[in-house]
Amino acid sequence: MPVNTPPVPYQPKSTPKVIVAVTLAAAVGIPALLLGLILLLTPILQPATIDAALAAAGLEGHRTAAYVGALAVLALLMVNFGAIFSGVISWYERRIAGRMQSRIGPNRAGFAGFFVWIADAVKLLLKEDLVPAEADSVLFRAAPYFVLVGFALTFVVLPFGHSLVVADLNVGIFYVTSVTALVVVGILISGWSSNSKWALFGGMRSAAQVISYEIPAGVAIFIPVAMAGTLSMQGIIRAQGGLPWEWFVFRNPAAFIAFFILFTSQLAEANRTPFDLPEAESELVAGYLSEYSGFRFALFFLAEWGNIWVLSAVATTLFLGGWQIPFVSAEYVDGLRGSGILPAAAWWGWNAVSMVVFVLKAIVLSNVVVWLRWTLPRIRVDQMMALCWKYLVPGAFACFVFTLFWELAVGVAPGVEVVTGVGLTVFATVLALLFFRRVRLNIQAVQGDKFDLSNW
Amino acid sequence: MEKLILRRVGNTGEEMLLNFGPQHPSTHGVINFLVDTDGEVMKRAVPDVGYLHRSLEKIGEITGYPGFMPYTDRIDYVAAMFANEGYAIAVEKLIKVEVPPRAQWLRAISCELCRIASHLVSTGTMATDIGASTPLVHALRERERVNDLIEALCGARLTYNYHRIGGVAFDMPAGWRDKVLAFLDHFDTMLVEFDRLLSFNSIYVKRLANVAVITKEQAVDYGLVGPNLRGSGMDWDVRRDVPYGAYPNFKFEVPVGRGSRGTVGDTFDRYYVRVLEMKQSSQIVRQALDSIPDGEFMAKVPRKIKPEAGEAFSRVESARGEMAYYVVSDGTDKAYRVRARTGSYMAMGIIEDISPGLMVADLVALIASLDVVAPEIDR
Amino acid sequence: MTVNEIHEKLKAEFGDAVGPLSEPKIDPFAVVKADRIVDVARFLKAAPGLELDHCNDLTGLDWPKRNVIEVVYHLFSYGHRHGIVLKVEADRANPVVPSVTGVWKAANWLERECYDMFGVVFAGHPDLRRVLLPDDWQGFPLRKDYQEHGGYHGITNERENPLVELRRLDEKHRAENPRPAPPPAAAAPPAPSTPPAPPAAKA
Repeated sequence: MPVNTPPVPYQPKSTPKVIVAVTLAAAVGIPALLLGLILLLTPILQPATIDAALAAAGLEGHRTAAYVGALAVLALLMVNFGAIFSGVISWYERRIAGRMQSRIGPNRAGFAGFFVWIADAVKLLLKEDLVPAEADSVLFRAAPYFVLVGFALTFVVLPFGHSLVVADLNVGIFYVTSVTALVVVGILISGWSSNSKWALFGGMRSAAQVISYEIPAGVAIFIPVAMAGTLSMQGIIRAQGGLPWEWFVFRNPAAFIAFFILFTSQLAEANRTPFDLPEAESELVAGYLSEYSGFRFALFFLAEWGNIWVLSAVATTLFLGGWQIPFVSAEYVDGLRGSGILPAAAWWGWNAVSMVVFVLKAIVLSNVVVWLRWTLPRIRVDQMMALCWKYLVPGAFACFVFTLFWELAVGVAPGVEVVTGVGLTVFATVLALLFFRRVRLNIQAVQGDKFDLSNW
Repeated sequence: MEKLILRRVGNTGEEMLLNFGPQHPSTHGVINFLVDTDGEVMKRAVPDVGYLHRSLEKIGEITGYPGFMPYTDRIDYVAAMFANEGYAIAVEKLIKVEVPPRAQWLRAISCELCRIASHLVSTGTMATDIGASTPLVHALRERERVNDLIEALCGARLTYNYHRIGGVAFDMPAGWRDKVLAFLDHFDTMLVEFDRLLSFNSIYVKRLANVAVITKEQAVDYGLVGPNLRGSGMDWDVRRDVPYGAYPNFKFEVPVGRGSRGTVGDTFDRYYVRVLEMKQSSQIVRQALDSIPDGEFMAKVPRKIKPEAGEAFSRVESARGEMAYYVVSDGTDKAYRVRARTGSYMAMGIIEDISPGLMVADLVALIASLDVVAPEIDR
Repeated sequence: MTVNEIHEKLKAEFGDAVGPLSEPKIDPFAVVKADRIVDVARFLKAAPGLELDHCNDLTGLDWPKRNVIEVVYHLFSYGHRHGIVLKVEADRANPVVPSVTGVWKAANWLERECYDMFGVVFAGHPDLRRVLLPDDWQGFPLRKDYQEHGGYHGITNERENPLVELRRLDEKHRAENPRPAPPPAAAAPPAPSTPPAPPAAKA
């Protein structure tokens, strides 16, 4: 006879230890492997070191082959970094979105769903490759590659540490802005060639947006360039210091404002909320991507999520002191290099520390980008244009003119920069404390004067 | 259809004709809009409805009076209690039966809980349409709790079939009242959080303020009802002004749009009126639970309902506005005509005339603020 | 104002065009002549003290036995909280009623639905076309003598009775996949561990 027993409350099973172990190994191992490879390979595969090594081995004749090989290895490494970062941040974004929305987020593929990006990549690869019948077949197929190339080329000059950069071009930051313009071409082509009015809408909106926001971004970039006196990425970082009041963002009041202008403009260029009109899901379904599926879709999203790293890295380089280690100057580390073909161990150690500093700063900025997406609504097209042309562009120009005069003043009295540095650092700390206080007040208002994070 | 629109608009040949729907994340249901746009700015947006037409009014002539009750759920499945209640009141007028007080209180409680659920969906989806996807999930989390409560009451989570001609189907289960009060205590704090996250966010306000202003005269003339009418500044609520059921016993305020962030009658007013209404509903439920009388929950109604020939008209304040039922009987046990005039249908009538000059993004905001659902339009 | 008083005012203004108030079989109504409905509507909306500014509902009723289609107007005033129900009778063979869209814009879509469902042509309507049904639909569904036209653009509107259909599919499946014949069990007796059938236990 069936008996009406009260139902047993659901006990979620805890993940088996094997899966936790494998996930932790992957989560720690994959970034460690990538960053380790970057740490090891980027200083070694430079022309000077290769020449010295070839001379020592007596193989001068094979220089071209050696260069090409080195470039291929570095290119592979950097594109892999971009792709894997893109995957990992897609997982991170989905988990954060889930927690912000009172739900769990991915939690099946690996512990805490860490392998979901691999699963997604495989799924997208295996999907049917759809090309709409009326679409322009060549352009439709080619568009994702424009975007991918525009994204991947930026990695040539992105620094990771004290000497960890593929090529420290002397036009570094200028190169970055010009190469990211390829993305616009890709978006326009994809929007037009999809032969769908909605895709065209999204493509045109995005082109207008990206092109407009290049201007305040460009002008905001002038400011650290003027303060450093060079366009080279490593040069700009070397002009800053490790301690917060030695960062450009705090050394100059105009730079403080320009940092926010740059950050906003880069969000707009990367099509991230609150500027994600081109892919406004609720209006255009997916905008310029509506007709894409499978691997081509994966390429677009790889570029979009990877762009988060690029924009964080650029902002860190220009304003937040890059890889500069507090209390350790870049010249000191230079001095530890030694004269052999391979640098000394201490030099490697300090380079690793500088890489950790840089990556940490870039990750904090990436986190802010992800956080903004799930909090703020979307701005309308004309409001976005008004923001750009009526507020950001004049603001950026004003900051630039101020910086020119500021640099003259600093040339006369260098102490001004130290005072401003310390002052703005204190100001920023106060702002941060006020922010946390506001969060606490918000939580208390909802919980009726308690402050209980136990449900977090 | 498209040629018709183009001919009317005086097309210069440079505009683009877009089909906004019928499958679209932002039209609330299966609705199509033929949008004639010049870049981002629309010349005209013509609604094209009927994709969800299920001929419910014709079915009403076959099923008999009690048999039509589950169909009324489908007239507006997001706020089904009101559809139930309106039909029940109309037929009770025809057969001249009086509903016992306990049943009227239960009707009011279930209807107000349903109003909370419906407004949560409405405000949450509006937030998603504007771009903030987080508030929708929070709103649905709260709505799940309302669904659980109503499931305990009548067994269903969406199409309730709870009201009956002459009363309600089931009484409150034991312990339900405490669960509802616990939920309301929690929900009142959630409304504060919702407000802080969304309602006064400056990007959100800029998207909604001064967009698609509908003046009071326009709202009355086009027959808008409910929060759409109140958002335009008209102080009218059927529960207070033409009272029915248990509502004369409750004290509640009727929120009216005041143009607090823009003009009176813009999309922000219509949105905020709904947020305030949720708070009022929770007050009503508390008062109702405090004062609910004992007694029967169903009147004595003949097995076969055969009213004398005549017609009855009933009005209820649904979540989407005033829903009016017009039931005509010819003396047999099958209704001669069942007609449901819904708020969303009237709201569609104004879209074409308000749309010139709006942008496509504003059209999304307008549709969301009018809180149209396809089943109400198409029936 | 009660319905009677409104009706008195109407009769005073329009005399013969307004019929008597029906017996209050729950909700009373008055029949208005079709050609005067627009004037009546304007009067009701504008007259001070009446001001029926809300066109609450506008629908149709099909009476094949009386050979009329009635168009029913439920009118209400927000300011005075009173209302009246008017009916206009249109000849069933060719129902034409002047449109009141000029008086209440709400009537625009309501009259479109009435046209769609009953076939009542509203003279003077700015945009009289079908609203709920596709533009090329034949027939007017809410009429009592409506016959479906056997499908729409190749989509049939008839289907087999599911009870019949499922049984047919079941038999087809069984015919295609015959169950294998049971193995010869009579040869060896069943093992002692298997107890006899339940009837033994029951007994």
